[in-house]
Amino acid sequence: MLNAFLRTAVGAGLVLALAACGGEPTESTTGGAAAAGGDTIKVGLLHSLSGTMAISEVTVRDAELLAIEEINAAGGVLGKKLEPVVEDGASDWPTFAEKANKLISQDKVATVFGGWTSASRKAMLPVFERHKALLWYPVQYEGLESSPYIFYTGATTNQQIIPGLDYLKEQGKTKIFLVGSDYVFPRTANKIIKAYAAANGMTILGEEYTPLGHTEYSTLTNKVVQAKPDAVFNTLNGDSNVAFFKQLKSAGVTAESMPVLSVSVAEEEVTGIGVDNIVGHPVAWNYYQTTENAANSKFVAAFKAKYGDAKVTSDPMEAGYNAVYLWAEAVKKAGTVEVEAVKKASGGIALERPEGLVTIDGETQHMYKTARIGIIQPDGLIKEVWNSGEPIKPDPYLKSYPWAGSLAS
Amino acid sequence: MEGILNQLPIGLSIGAVLLLIALGLTFTFGQMGVINMAHGEFIMAGAYTAYLLQDFAGRNAVLVALPVAFLVAGLMGLILERAAIRHFYGRPLDTLLLTWGVSLVLQQVARDLFGAPNVQVTSPTWLQGTLGPMPYNRLFILLLAVGSVVAIWVYMNRSAQGRRMQAVMQNRQLAATSGINTGRVDQRTFFIGSGLAGIAGVALTLIGPVGPTLGTYYIVDAFLVVVAGGLGQLRGAVIAALALGLLNSYAEFWTNASLAKVIVFVVIIAFLQFRPQGLFVLRSRALT
Repeated sequence: MLNAFLRTAVGAGLVLALAACGGEPTESTTGGAAAAGGDTIKVGLLHSLSGTMAISEVTVRDAELLAIEEINAAGGVLGKKLEPVVEDGASDWPTFAEKANKLISQDKVATVFGGWTSASRKAMLPVFERHKALLWYPVQYEGLESSPYIFYTGATTNQQIIPGLDYLKEQGKTKIFLVGSDYVFPRTANKIIKAYAAANGMTILGEEYTPLGHTEYSTLTNKVVQAKPDAVFNTLNGDSNVAFFKQLKSAGVTAESMPVLSVSVAEEEVTGIGVDNIVGHPVAWNYYQTTENAANSKFVAAFKAKYGDAKVTSDPMEAGYNAVYLWAEAVKKAGTVEVEAVKKASGGIALERPEGLVTIDGETQHMYKTARIGIIQPDGLIKEVWNSGEPIKPDPYLKSYPWAGSLAS
Repeated sequence: MEGILNQLPIGLSIGAVLLLIALGLTFTFGQMGVINMAHGEFIMAGAYTAYLLQDFAGRNAVLVALPVAFLVAGLMGLILERAAIRHFYGRPLDTLLLTWGVSLVLQQVARDLFGAPNVQVTSPTWLQGTLGPMPYNRLFILLLAVGSVVAIWVYMNRSAQGRRMQAVMQNRQLAATSGINTGRVDQRTFFIGSGLAGIAGVALTLIGPVGPTLGTYYIVDAFLVVVAGGLGQLRGAVIAALALGLLNSYAEFWTNASLAKVIVFVVIIAFLQFRPQGLFVLRSRALT
């Protein structure tokens, strides 16, 4: 007891001492140097391993661990092995901030791969900016953000949501109903969707939000059915998707009568929802397990070999897997794990990844990614029916879209 | 207009779900005063029972799972009562912490056994389709809730065991001096209460996610029903569940899901200001 108290006191003292010399730009370099000291480089993995988001985030951690293992097997980075430090964000945003702080200050990791929900990212952002430390965030998100200390390896809106809307428009679906979880990603995404709709002659018949973890969708289903939309744009997150699709199906709604385009349902979620309940509905991502190229065959085979044949790979997993490789590539190019040098070296790095060519945009620290629309198949996998042809330049603030002018402010 | 009318059966079916998840709690919390935070995990155990039985029973697993889940969750409850809770009777705060810890442990056990992602329980083909605005699977849950209530009522009022249970609930000391083995009655009560959670879990596989955190989505609602209905009152729980279901259904129809939750809480808080003891009160001469 006394021992633990002493350790805490000493720890607190150290933090204070570090804070005291905060005027000089030594803090991050200290972290970097400590991480590079010894035979290993420590990297942090910070995802929800418990709580409502665990269903999704555990798989991203698994993919990141696989990437670390592969990089280590190939000789590591700068002659050193990577050593993962895994923490649990527990689906609780303050916990994410606290654990990020712990990874940076106590474990002195060289970089952190972590987060899923935008709320968790927003909670961690000030921590990483304050410590001048790096976060690699692997999930598609609502855009309108570009922190100098975050690399976004998932899609921003113009690589997922806007292609999704383009697809619906192409299919002649002009009356849309918006359903989402009640937090920052769905609300911002829907703001963008409404601006797009206004500029493209589409009508929004309704906009409904439910709390995270909500499981009672009969009332919402009734509202959607009464509004008679051509399609539903779904930004629900986590377990709510299971309840939503099950209850939609039992109310007699099918993919033919009313397709539900989801941006947070990937291969991993399809199993839990039940293929029967979601077959035929479209999804928008940048990667599917069925995407055809050599890098993907290798990724899928390695993932199944490590975690079991029944496992599937999905877009956020692939983005997490990529993040580790992209960071490692930037470190090799910089010749150090020091944060500013890695940032500087990262711009223009291009790698053939399972989703195709991924290039880091040095200016926004987002990726060039190919948008892909897929349809959920009876075997639970997703078949691509449309893609953007080439990697789309990331545009988190939608500056190149005239109708989005009012959104960025 | 059609939308408004549809909300009536929807409200009833929400009420049926609430009733089903709260029924077990009317026993353990309502009658024994045990704040069992692990009640949600017994629901989860029932859901996973249905998942496991799919290998043997195929699409009709849900039906086969009802009695099996009752036994599985009931036995888990019995073990919990024997191993831990009985040492904490009369210490509600300690029991709360204890059972909350147990609930976290059970969630992690489920995660280790079945993985963090949700699993799929396929609903029987004969439950697909709708009767007006009411899907068959909702109708099934409604009938299951009615069946459970009737069964409990018969058990409590028409069997010797049930009457002994009522005696202990109304006045523990007097029941003990009359020769009733209160320890055994406690075990039985806990077994039945937990078993009912298992049945609820099987029913929930038809409409909701089946994963390690399933229980956490329903535990608060279950307590709300029991508290609003009055502790240990079967009819209180029935009326409270249906009222909350309807309130929820219309509040969400006219506002939205987040606000509906707030409205339901505000109404319950206001209601408890006037009737802190809930809808119905157990009158007893016990000195408590």
